[in-house]
Amino acid sequence: MLPELGNFALVLALCLAIAQSVLPLIGASTGNEPLMRTGRSLAVGQFVFLVFSYFALTWAFVVSDFSVEYVARNSNLALPMQYKITAVWGGHEGSLLMWVTILAAWGVAVAAFSKALPREMLARVMGVLGMVSVGFLAFTVLTSNPFNRLLRVPADGADLNPLLQDPGMIVHPPLLYMGYVGMSVVFAFAIAALISGRLDAAWARWSRPWTTVAWCFMTLGIGVGSWWAYYELGWGGWWFWDPVENASFMPWLVATALIHSLAVTEKRGGFKVWTLMLAILAFALTILGAFIVRSGVITSVHSFAADPDRGIFLLGMLAVTLLGALLLYALRAPRVGFGGGFGWYSRESLLLGNNVLLAVACAAVFVGTFYPLALDAFGLGKISVGPPYFDSVFLPLMIPLLFLVGIAPQVAWKLADPVETARQLRWAFLAALAISVVWPLTMGLWKPLTALGLGLAAWILLTAALDIRNRMMRRRSQGIGSMVRSLRPSFFGMHLAHAGLAIVVVAISMVNSYEVDRDVRLGPGETASAGGFEFTLMGVEPVRGPNYDADQATIIVTRNEAHVAVLTPQRRYYDSQPENPMLQASLNRRPTRDVYVSLGERLEGEAWLVRLHYKPYMFWMWTGGLLMAFGGFLAAADRRYRLARDRAFITEEGLAPPKRPVGREVLE
Amino acid sequence: MTKRQKRLTLVLGVLAGVAIATGLILNAFRDAMVFFVTPSEVMAMTEMPERKFRIGGLVEAGSVVRDQQTVQVTFRVTDTAVSVPVTFEGILPDLFREGQGVVAEGRIDSQGVFHADKVLARHDEEYMPAEAQAAIERAGHPPGAGKGY
Repeated sequence: MLPELGNFALVLALCLAIAQSVLPLIGASTGNEPLMRTGRSLAVGQFVFLVFSYFALTWAFVVSDFSVEYVARNSNLALPMQYKITAVWGGHEGSLLMWVTILAAWGVAVAAFSKALPREMLARVMGVLGMVSVGFLAFTVLTSNPFNRLLRVPADGADLNPLLQDPGMIVHPPLLYMGYVGMSVVFAFAIAALISGRLDAAWARWSRPWTTVAWCFMTLGIGVGSWWAYYELGWGGWWFWDPVENASFMPWLVATALIHSLAVTEKRGGFKVWTLMLAILAFALTILGAFIVRSGVITSVHSFAADPDRGIFLLGMLAVTLLGALLLYALRAPRVGFGGGFGWYSRESLLLGNNVLLAVACAAVFVGTFYPLALDAFGLGKISVGPPYFDSVFLPLMIPLLFLVGIAPQVAWKLADPVETARQLRWAFLAALAISVVWPLTMGLWKPLTALGLGLAAWILLTAALDIRNRMMRRRSQGIGSMVRSLRPSFFGMHLAHAGLAIVVVAISMVNSYEVDRDVRLGPGETASAGGFEFTLMGVEPVRGPNYDADQATIIVTRNEAHVAVLTPQRRYYDSQPENPMLQASLNRRPTRDVYVSLGERLEGEAWLVRLHYKPYMFWMWTGGLLMAFGGFLAAADRRYRLARDRAFITEEGLAPPKRPVGREVLE
Repeated sequence: MTKRQKRLTLVLGVLAGVAIATGLILNAFRDAMVFFVTPSEVMAMTEMPERKFRIGGLVEAGSVVRDQQTVQVTFRVTDTAVSVPVTFEGILPDLFREGQGVVAEGRIDSQGVFHADKVLARHDEEYMPAEAQAAIERAGHPPGAGKGY
């Protein structure tokens, strides 16, 4: 009965979404206030029904109701309870239900936190969010209903894909969906601005925290996904340029560009139409990502044919979104205008450089991901482009980008003097140069690319520290409290996020140059070495997990005869599919290196195939990612944005927002 | 400079940047492109290409030989018409099975042995690699197996 109620709630949510996509917009164009206000209550209603629906599905998993097809396919009796609950989003239908629920939650958040927005603006934002909701809810109800029943109820379910039975899986999809779906809010703000034809600094100030928060979730989601691939898949890599990874990376790149472009729009009223274009693109790329992952076009072109509805529905949604948004853009963008001019050397021009580089990087990923697919779809042959393509494109794009990260925060808006910048940053530059020479030597072998990467990372960290110091010193006369207060969250958060990027760059430079992956054959008592560590196989015993049997190896790791760690990698045979063993890597982590091993096949006698990994500075990768997201959250929490919301009342009453002075004190 | 000239310089600068980037992308693309070839097409080759390429098909039943003293493994990839010998060093993917779809990336030597440096098997239980499926279909034997729900 509960699944039927869940299904009913899902359909009701769709009805409310349809109303939400029409009524507030009519209200906004006719000036009818009660109609405008419906947006908020409809969003809340939608959210309530979807939460109910979500819990109905979760309950079906908890009580193992295998009459629900989705439960029967993604769970079984032996599955541990925490994975039963996470299995809700372990498959296509349930993860879509989670997607729409999160979308509704963002809608409620917008309604709750934007009370001070002009009525018309809020009504339009809610209306566009309603349309996005209609798209995804209709997709769920029509092609991917998680509540479909089975006529013949199986005694036990199939199982959750064993690869997904991992803590990484618990947090990865919700985080990534928070980010994806957050892009719909940004999109809604952009469309609302286009409808009204009004795009001012206040608009940018409202959009900024939402964009930043969505970006933070996306960063966390991608980071956890990378960590999960690194650890759970046991392949030793952390990024594979796999189409599904690219699907999340493209909107991230555009969102990063958008954050920076929005800064110009808010502070200087510039880049206006470009900002809107980025917001539309970021959202379109999230739908495209959904298409890549969910249509089956990646795993097999033929499974696309086997279930054409989903792919076609998503492509249709993408077409409607792009056509509608771009038509509106073409009609309205000239009215919005590009905004203020700026000198050839100014913070604007440097941020323009940032935007061009990020947009080109996104285009490069797009070409590498879709050209082979398109070629295949038109029957023009099968090709693939792997990591070498992406590596050789990304490197020349990222070098100038990282260099700019060090400069742009220090440069004044409008017009600046490059000689002055050079004078300010010369010591940071020399120090970074020295670090790039010395640091790689600690790894035993100096490599130019590593030196370049480490030098750029040091450059970002040093210039950030210098900027923070300069800002504090300007308030030196007013005491230590004032000095600390001068580090406003938006300013400090920006530098934290940049520092996080630098730390990720350190990890990439180190691990790409000095990692060691070796597949070896080890008999009992035999030793092999990798990356200066010795690995000795002590033995392999069977162990029993909650829903699997495993062979567990005990491997002692030493370095120069000194004990380092005991690693216990497993080869698991899940009860549901014992013929498909899964590797479970075992890892020893230190700040400047990981060593980890995975257990392969058994050979004759007591010998085993073992994969040994030495990964320098991997820990920095995850730390850097966390720092980027944390910096973003901090920036989004700046009081300035809340003040902006209060000030909106003034704007609404027809008063112009206060003119902001152009000077050092507003340069964050 | 007048405002107009400044704007022109800016636009030209951006255009130049985009042009360089496009060249970069195309160049990298040409270098990194890996073609897909079926076993039948490999057999039809008159001279062996220097470049890396991919072959795909089914792992021929009974062809997998694991060297017990080293990490080397050999097997044959078939499109059900002809098969190509493949050697690989290291741990095969979890879902590598005889009779199942596989894609190998590497180079071929003058003896016609394919030295794979990457072996990809099915992504999960339900599907086979698209390239493997295509190889079999091009050889004229559409398989019924390999599809789940």
